[in-house]
Formats: sequence, structure tokens, C-alpha cells
Amino acid sequence: MSALINEVKGKKQKYDVGSWLVPIISVLAAMLVASLLMLLQGLDPVLAYNSLFTAAFGSSEGIAATLGKATPLVLSGLAVTLGLRAGLFNIGVQGQLLSGALASAWAGYALTNLPPFIHVSVALGFGFFFGALVGAIAGYLKAFRGVHEVITTIMLNSIVMGIVDYLASHPFKEPDQALTRTPQIIESVRLPMFGLLPSGFFVAVFLACAMWWILGYTTTGFRFNSVGRNRFAAWYAGISYKRTIFFAMLFSGGIAGLGGAVETLGITYRFEPAFNLGLGFDGITIALLGRVHPIGIIPGAILIGGMRAGAANMQFDAGVAPELVDLLLAMILLFVTAPLISRFFKNSSNRSLTGGWGN
Amino acid sequence: MNSLVKRRGFYYALAVAIPTFYLYLQSSNVTTSVFSIAVTFAMPLALAAMVGIMCERTGIVNIGIEGTLLLTSFVAFYAAIATKSILIGFCIAMATGVAMSLLLALMSVTWKMDQIIAGTILNILATGLTSFFYIQGNMLPNMFKQKPIPGLSNIPFFGDVLFKHGVLMYLGFVVILTLYFALFHTSWGLRSRAVGEHPSAADTAGVSVSKLRYINVAVAGAIGGLCGSYLVLELVGSWNRGFTAGKGFTALALMIFGRWNPLGALAAAMFFGLSQAGANQLMIDGTVNIPPQFVGILPYVMVIIVLAISAGKVRPPAAEGQPYEKGQG
Repeated sequence: MSALINEVKGKKQKYDVGSWLVPIISVLAAMLVASLLMLLQGLDPVLAYNSLFTAAFGSSEGIAATLGKATPLVLSGLAVTLGLRAGLFNIGVQGQLLSGALASAWAGYALTNLPPFIHVSVALGFGFFFGALVGAIAGYLKAFRGVHEVITTIMLNSIVMGIVDYLASHPFKEPDQALTRTPQIIESVRLPMFGLLPSGFFVAVFLACAMWWILGYTTTGFRFNSVGRNRFAAWYAGISYKRTIFFAMLFSGGIAGLGGAVETLGITYRFEPAFNLGLGFDGITIALLGRVHPIGIIPGAILIGGMRAGAANMQFDAGVAPELVDLLLAMILLFVTAPLISRFFKNSSNRSLTGGWGN
Repeated sequence: MNSLVKRRGFYYALAVAIPTFYLYLQSSNVTTSVFSIAVTFAMPLALAAMVGIMCERTGIVNIGIEGTLLLTSFVAFYAAIATKSILIGFCIAMATGVAMSLLLALMSVTWKMDQIIAGTILNILATGLTSFFYIQGNMLPNMFKQKPIPGLSNIPFFGDVLFKHGVLMYLGFVVILTLYFALFHTSWGLRSRAVGEHPSAADTAGVSVSKLRYINVAVAGAIGGLCGSYLVLELVGSWNRGFTAGKGFTALALMIFGRWNPLGALAAAMFFGLSQAGANQLMIDGTVNIPPQFVGILPYVMVIIVLAISAGKVRPPAAEGQPYEKGQG
């Protein structure tokens, strides 16, 4: 509120240091608390963090693995960000991502007669389409039936998980295999690596930039932001609330589906139900860590991707369960959203992001 | 309005009772066991919905129910093992539930944070804590045993369905009925609902909005502890990662379906438990050959359909999700 008053009074707002300092301090504070828990268990936190970050950022293979993990996280964070900008809390990124991952895996192994470039586009398009489909169901129910998106997206997560599990264990199953998984996608549809950089990472960064431009500088973005900030004001300005949230949810789901597709085509090369667990929920943390800004989520995704990539090494070296990363993420989320740290920075007031049940 | 609800409830009850009676005549054993299992499925969902109702009637959105159940069931399990007493495990689980609720209240009442994000923090925190501290291969010293209520358990059908369970199940029924009575027939209930609908009016009338919100959210946490304990100490007897499997979220939908009314939510949970138990029975019988994954998603599909039909028509407490600022609104 104070920032707004300053704006109205014509006072030039100072550059907001808190916007990038709060996330950094939050991460450090979370690591401090987690190290206390490690000490409680009789483990060595210095060794654990050292091995975690050396594995994630200390070598070129490590960085490649980190960026590989970060790629779907950027997209999942973007999906959550787009929803939050329009006042929607999309907890269904997990389900949308899974359906996109399976759809692109199917396109990757079943369609074999396509030229490589078109095949990659088709596979990515499948991922987007099926993610968007799941998102659109929630969007339709929210916009036209008044069912809150938090409920529908959570329910859709479970539904998609069941359907995907069925498809991967029956019709799309790799023949003569005990494991529940699809066949590998064919060579020519795999996303190549550019040195250390998986090409999917470029797609993700490009989309982040595109979303930054769309949200900040176009009328479409203005519609999303106005509906998210105050839908009554948006309605008064002639913006269709229902259409906007329907499309926000649809595109949010599509981006999440694309995240699944990029992971299938660039890293795992097949679909296996257990591969992508948790990516959607990490997206929530990343979006809030990046302060709901499309560019801000890129460093957050790289950090969390690094933690995910280095977790196995940490278990090997320091005997710390890899679930420590989940705990770290929970505390990062707490510190970054609670006014524990941001209260020390003048302008970084916490505005409400979602609308509660009623809206 | 009230009579309409009652009439509608009567038709629902009739729609369940007639086929039930028919099935009972066909094969009494199977029908009784399906209903008895349905009650054990329904109770945790109903109790979790009570957590939601307690919070939301005073204007606090709690999507952290899932996390509360996960952490309290975890604590109940390991505390019972450590102290070799399920009773102490139950008490510690209740205390944990209250502690989690106080964190939610701190975030949403004192810090005035976005309540949906506050709930998400509870969920992610519970997932992180439980999966980090989880140790495989532990056994409970014992469980809350089935204790048929003398007299009542001899009633045909109802005795078997309702009165042959463990202590926590009975406690659950008592909590739900008490909550219904307290919410609609006591001054505490009136104040709570006023705070949820129009906090500034309640404030003007001398009700301390923040204090009442803290108290109600804390009590909700204790109910969450009861629910977690019921799951682990009476129903299942073991704990693994992701133990609660979305029950806290399903409960939110049942709460909406039950119109933020304890009895409505209980009925919704019963309907839900019955559909699940029925589907399981059909699978066991081999009457229908559906893949288990589809049986698993059936409840969630039903929640969506039911909400798509009913959600636009029900109205949540008006002040829900909004932090209360003195002197505004």
C-alpha cells in the first residue's frame, strides 16, 4: 500500500533492494535451520553442503546435470507464475506436467515417419496440448462453474496420475518389460545438448523472456495482471474475467505440459511414472522464490535444480537423506513468503497473491 | 432455506436407504461389511473436513489439512513407538496438530499472509519433515482395538456398521456432533460464524477477532491430530511416506459439498466412503473388470463432478481468506 501511496504522491520509488535480497537471505536462513537439524541427527552439515554444491556446480558434468534438472523447473515455475499473476493458484502443475510428459513420449516413440524438426515440434506440441487440456478443465470449472481451482487442480493431479499410470502400464507399455514405462523415444526426436547446455534450457529461458514481455508490455498481459490484482476493477475496465482466467489456466497448464515434454525429450527419453514426481510442487517454491517474476524464477530454478542434482552425492558423502532437499525447500518457502525477513526491507510489502475461496 | 436443506437431505437419505435395504435383503453379510468399511473410510475424511470447517467458519482458509494429517499421523506413530503407549502417541499427535495450527494462525492472522500460501507451506513443511525423519521398519506396540458398544452393537445392521469400532472412531462421532451443536446452538458458535462472515461487525459487538480465530484454528489442529491418530493408530497401524494420500484435500471438497456444515460434511464423507467401499467390493467380487487405477481415481472424479454441480450454488463464509484489519471494511 505504501508503495502505491508514494507513487500517487509522485515520490519516485527507490530501487527495491529487498526484491532480490530477501530470496537470498531466505535460502541462507533455510540452510542454517537445516544444518541445525543435521547436527541433531549427528551429521556434518558443512560436509553435506560442500558435497551437495560441489556435485551440483563444481564440475562441467555437474553443471550440465543441474541445468537439465532446472529446465522443467523453470517451466513449472513459469506455469505457477502465470497463474498467480491472474490470481489463480495452480497446484495442478504436477498433473499437467505428467500428462505433457506422457503425451510427448508417445509422440516420440510412436510417430516414426516424420522429419526430425517437425517431429520435435509435434512432440513438444503434444506436451503443450495435453498439459493445456488438463489446465483448461480447471479453468473452465473455475470460470464458468465457480469451482475453486485449488480443489480442482489437486483432484486433477490424482486423476492424471491414475490415468498416466494406467496408460504407461497397459496400452503404451514397453513390450517385454517388467517396469511400468513407455518405450524409448527415437534418436532423432531427442533434444540435443549444446556443450553443457541442454537445448531445452534455451526453450525455457526463451519462454521466460517471452512471458516477461507479454506480462509487462502487452494488452494480454495487462488483462492477466488486472484480473489478478482486482477483478472488479478489471471488469469495470471491460475485461472479461471469465475468459481471462480460462485462458490463464489453459496456458499455465500448457507451459507445465511443455515442461514435462522438455524433460522427456531432453533428459529421460521415455516416460516412467516415478520420474517427474515433485516437479510441480517445486514450481510453487520457485515461483515464490522468484517473487512471481518470469525472469526471477530462472536463478531459483537453477538453485533448486542443483540441490536436486547434488542430493544423491550428499547422501553418499555425508550420509544425509536426500529428502533434506524437500525440507530445505519448505523452509525456503516459509522464509521467502512470511514477513520474517522481508519486514526489514521497506518496499517489499507482501501483497496477497491468491483470492481465497470466494473469488 | 433451512426446510429446503432438510427436505433435500431427506431425499438423499431415502436414495441411499432404499437400495441399501434391497441389497441387505439380498446378502446381509456383504452389505454390512461394505457399510462398515465405508464408515472407516469416511471417518478420517469427515474429521479432516471438520478441521476445515472450524477454520473456515472463522474466516481462515486452511489448505494445510493434508500437511496436518501427514505430520500428526507421523508423530502419533513414532511417539507411540518411542513411549510404547498409543495413548501418549495420541496425545502428542494432538499437541502437534495444535502447534501446526498455531503456525497457520501466526501466518494468516498475525502476519496477514496469503492464506492459501500459508496452507501450502504447512503441506510442504510436513512433507519435508516426515520424509527426512522417516525410518523404515518400525512396529506399533499395539493399536486401538475394536470395542463394541454394549447394547447398541446388537442392533441389526446399524450395530455392526456404527457401533463395532475403536475408541477414536467413537470420539470422532462425538466431535462431529458436538461441533455441529456448538456451531449453531451456542454463543461461541454464533461469534465464530460472525467473525467468519463479517469480522468488523463482530469486532464492534465486542468479539476479539484475532483471539477467536487463534482459538478456533488451534482446536481445529487438535481435531487434525485426532484424525491423524485415528488413521495410524486405529485404522492402518503403519506409516510410510505420503501416508495420507490426499485425504486432506479431498476433505476440503467434502467441506464445500457439505456447505460448511458439520453434518453436511459428514454425510458427504459417508457418501464418498460408500462409493469407495462399493467400488472395492465390486473389484473383489470380479463383477466388473476395471483397471485398479480407474477405481483409484473414481473418488476424485466424483468430487469434481459433484463440485461442478454444487459449487456455484453454495456460498463460503464471506470474510474467508481476508486478514482482518481493525478500522477497515
